Amino acid sequence: MNDKSKSIVGLVIFLALVIFPVLYNFAVGGAGPRPELELPEGESRCVEDKDFMTAHHMDLLLEWRDAVVRQGKKNYTSQAFGEIYEMSLTGTCMNCHTKRETFCTRCHDYADVDNDCWGCHVEPEGQ
Amino acid sequence: MDESRRDFLKKFGFALLSVGGGFPLLRTIASASEKELRTGAAVSTQWGMVIDIQKCLSEQVRRACIEACNREHNVPEIPDPEEEVKWIWSETYEDAFPEGIHPYTADYLKGKPVLVLCNHCTNPPCVKVCPTQATWKREEDGIVMMDMHRCIGCRYCIAGCPYGARSFNWRDPRPYIKGDLTPFPTRAKGVVEKCNFCAERLRKGQEPACVAAVKNIPGMEGALTFGDLYDPNSEVSRVLRENHTICRKVSLGTGPNVFYIV
Repeated sequence: MNDKSKSIVGLVIFLALVIFPVLYNFAVGGAGPRPELELPEGESRCVEDKDFMTAHHMDLLLEWRDAVVRQGKKNYTSQAFGEIYEMSLTGTCMNCHTKRETFCTRCHDYADVDNDCWGCHVEPEGQ
Repeated sequence: MDESRRDFLKKFGFALLSVGGGFPLLRTIASASEKELRTGAAVSTQWGMVIDIQKCLSEQVRRACIEACNREHNVPEIPDPEEEVKWIWSETYEDAFPEGIHPYTADYLKGKPVLVLCNHCTNPPCVKVCPTQATWKREEDGIVMMDMHRCIGCRYCIAGCPYGARSFNWRDPRPYIKGDLTPFPTRAKGVVEKCNFCAERLRKGQEPACVAAVKNIPGMEGALTFGDLYDPNSEVSRVLRENHTICRKVSLGTGPNVFYIV
C-alpha cells in the first residue's frame, strides 16, 4: 500500500467534484431564480386548476390532440370547474396566453424542454 | 389400480371432449361478436364529390378551387415539380382517366385539364400500408384523414395511392407559402400530406373551400357538388342519380368517392 496517500488525495478530489453542485446550490441558496411568467390579464383561472396545469399541461394537450385529430371530438369538459372548452391549442390556450415568448418559451427554456408545436401550428397573430 | 386407470381414462376422455367441443363453440361466439362490432362501426356518412369536367374546363374555375384550397390549408407553392405539394390540382384527361381513353376520344376531352384530388376511397390502399396509422379512414364520415403528429415520413402511402394524391414535404414548407398564414397548421419537413376534404370546415358546418370558391363564380354553379353519398336526399346523391358519372381507375377496386360528369 505504497500509494495510500495518492489514493486518498484522488478520493478527496473525486468527492469534492461530486459534492460541488450540491454545496454550490446550498451556498447560492436554492436552484436559481424561477422564471417569471406573464399570466393573462383579467383571467382568474385556466381550464383546470393551477397545480394540475403546471404538472400535466403536456398530458392534457396530448389528450386534446388525440381527441380532436383522431376521434373528431370538439369540446372538453373541465374536471375541476365543469365548464366546457373547445379543444384547441391556438384557439383556446392561445386565446388567453397570447404571448408564447413570455409564457411557454420562458418556462420551457428554464426547464430545458424542447417542443415542436410551433413548427406547424400557427400562432394567432400569424407567425 | 385397474379401476383408477379406468377412472383416469374416463376423465381424460371427458376433458378431451369438452376442450374439442368447446373451442369451436367459443370461436363461433367470438366471431359473431366481432362481426357485430364491425357492422356496428359501419360508416354512417360518406362525404363525396361530383366534379363537372366541362364546367371545370374554365381556367377561372380551376384556379379559384386550387387557390382557395392552398390558402385554406397553407399549401406551399414549390416551383420544383419533384418537390411540389398538391391537394387539388389539374391533370390531363388522359392521365386522370387512363382507362377511359381510346383513339377516338372526343376532342373536348383530349388533352384537357381535369381537377383531381384525393378520392377518399371506400377501400383506401394508403391506409392499409401505413405502419403507424397516421392515415386512416374516419368511421363517422368516411374521410381518409392524416395525423401529421404520427407520420414518420416512410412514404408507403405515396407508393400505395394509385392517384398520386399524396405529397411529401422534402423541405420546410413555410418559406413557400404565399401570403399570410391562415389558422390551419402548416406541415413540417418529412411528413406526407393530402386533401382532407376540409375536415376542419366540415366540423364547423361549412362546405369544402374549393366547393365554396366555385359558388361565387356566376354561371359555374354545380361545377363541384359536395355532400353525403349515403343520404339519398342530398344534392350530391341527386346529381349522381341524374347524370352519367365516371370514377378514376375503378378497376383497381379502391372505391373512389369523387365522381366526374364527363
